[in-house]
Amino acid sequence: MAPVTLASDKGRVIGTPDTAGQALSVRGMTVSYGAAPVVFSVDMDVPQGAMMAIVGPNGAGKSTLLKAVLGIVKPLSGQVRVFDRALKEALPRVAYVPQRASVDWDFPTRVIDVVMMGMTRELGLLRRVRPHHRARAMDCLARVGMTDFAARQIGQLSGGQQQRVFLARALAQQADLYLLDEPFAGVDAATEAAIIAVLKELRAEGKTVVAVHHDLSTVPDYFTHAFLINRSRIAQGPVAEAFTPETLDRAYGGRLATAPVAQMADTGA
Amino acid sequence: MAVGWQLRPWRRWLTRAPDPMLREALTFGLGYNATLVTLGATALGMAAGGAGTYLFLRKRALVSDAVSHATLPGICLAFMLMVALGGDGRFLPGLLLGSAVTAGLGLLCVAALVRRTRLTEDAAIGAVLSVFFGFGVVLLTIIQTLPAGRQAGLEGFLLGSTAGMLLPDAVLIAVGGALTLALVAVLHRPFTLVAFDPGYAEATGWRTGGIDLVLMALVMAVTVVGLKVVGLIMVVALLIIPPVAARFWTDRAAHLALIAGAIGGVSGYVGAAVSATAPGLPTGPIIVLVAFGMFALSFLAAPGRGVVAVALRHRRLQGAIHMRQGLLALATGQPIYEALTLRLLTRAGLARADGVATDAGRARAAKALRDERRWDVARSSPSLAGIAATHDGLSEIETVLTPDQIAEIDARIDAPREVT
Repeated sequence: MAPVTLASDKGRVIGTPDTAGQALSVRGMTVSYGAAPVVFSVDMDVPQGAMMAIVGPNGAGKSTLLKAVLGIVKPLSGQVRVFDRALKEALPRVAYVPQRASVDWDFPTRVIDVVMMGMTRELGLLRRVRPHHRARAMDCLARVGMTDFAARQIGQLSGGQQQRVFLARALAQQADLYLLDEPFAGVDAATEAAIIAVLKELRAEGKTVVAVHHDLSTVPDYFTHAFLINRSRIAQGPVAEAFTPETLDRAYGGRLATAPVAQMADTGA
Repeated sequence: MAVGWQLRPWRRWLTRAPDPMLREALTFGLGYNATLVTLGATALGMAAGGAGTYLFLRKRALVSDAVSHATLPGICLAFMLMVALGGDGRFLPGLLLGSAVTAGLGLLCVAALVRRTRLTEDAAIGAVLSVFFGFGVVLLTIIQTLPAGRQAGLEGFLLGSTAGMLLPDAVLIAVGGALTLALVAVLHRPFTLVAFDPGYAEATGWRTGGIDLVLMALVMAVTVVGLKVVGLIMVVALLIIPPVAARFWTDRAAHLALIAGAIGGVSGYVGAAVSATAPGLPTGPIIVLVAFGMFALSFLAAPGRGVVAVALRHRRLQGAIHMRQGLLALATGQPIYEALTLRLLTRAGLARADGVATDAGRARAAKALRDERRWDVARSSPSLAGIAATHDGLSEIETVLTPDQIAEIDARIDAPREVT
């Protein structure tokens, strides 16, 4: 991976980075909630068609990086290009799956309504919901195996089912880039298998997938690319290059026992 | 008149109201002015219920309390300014404009406190509410000492008063309420999205801050428009009670807004009509009491979420579980210790008071045991596991599975045996 130069300095654009062919490019992303930056000067490139895991210890800024990329959190500095365009222009091509715990599941809404939320931007304020919109929402539910739950109140779902509904909502956006925040956190094995199957389908369709991921043992199986972060970028690239015992050791600061890490990384090589 | 013709079936029903004055008021019979006031209150109630729904869903219900209390200094300052300029201090649009200015200021103060300090929103609301209201009361006291202030009737803004309302004022309230209601209807999609998942809303291109600002502006509009009718102390109730009552009836946000709008509208209509029947009756408290009546009804009687329905469902479930456990105990010859279980079994004629099964009881117990075995098989069968997993284990197996499926299960277990 060629070294990437900072494209911005204190918010002043120095030059346009070479982002052609990348689904997502981030330059100099720095985010702070208070004093010390949570994410510091991070550069990131996600090639089109990649399935990338964002990996790092707790508090390493994985979710924050994702939120800053999407503009949910305002960064102190940094540039985001999506499909070689400004984020604002490319936003309709980006779907987001937030952490399941980020919403109140007692909210008065049904499963199908949540999936329809994926079309809110498309429908705007006044456009009526047509049968084909509903049919698309049901299609998305079918892809995650939740057809039978369409009319359920969302409070009656298990954690895994909630996660699938969130994924269905992202599918309803018909985007080209999918950003997922810990899609496998606290879900049952069946859901994990269902979600990874959908993500692999997306990749087969030529879409790009980026997911914050916690389970190091599944990185080589699930993903083609890895991005290791601990406040700053540790490594990025194809799993075989970026997800090595050496990079993991640097990301986790030696907190992982070396032997199993080596084993995990070897399976990916 | 066309309106009169449309109202006729209503009128016939309402003419049974005992008090002729109330009857007249409810059927818009008290004259053009009173009719407009009632219509205005109805529109206001609907707008408040609608806007209040999204405030409630956004979990920011109390912000409206800060907004409403922050209107008082604005009213007083506007009055003083208009008197100082030689005009009529009671000019309603002027007073409402003043109230909007300080209400907006209060809103900005709450927002700034939350953003710039470590204070949470509830603390910021408490601080802003009391300071603004305190300042307003001081101004009100000063106004009372002015020669022009004694008959100003500004106290009417505290609890609401429609008595002596001028026609343009009524029109202003009706139009304001209708406009707010229309805006709520147009914006319901982003409002719902931002209330449910603000991060996702932002990520799909809605500016969450902007949407919140518009919602607050609508709440402010309802408050300001409603000042004369409901009063600043009560207007928060008109925003919050309707959605809270509506929550008992539905699990869908869109329906919640509609039901809340209806509850608010009825409250405004009945409240304004009742208060029009006697000169001294304050409008706000009556509107709020009507709204509360509908809340109490919803709380008790709503199917699904109402307390009576919940209690009944709980008892039915408890009974079914005890029955099932009792039958299984009979089938396996275990003693029954639970008094409720024994009572249910004896009442159904399945066991004697000493816990020994009757003939009918033995038959039912045998079936219960067999069904339990059937469910075990179903749970381990790949084709039926899905159904078995969603099943509560209490309803009769015949109501859940088809005869074919049961036959398929039975083929895999021993034939039913008599239990002794």
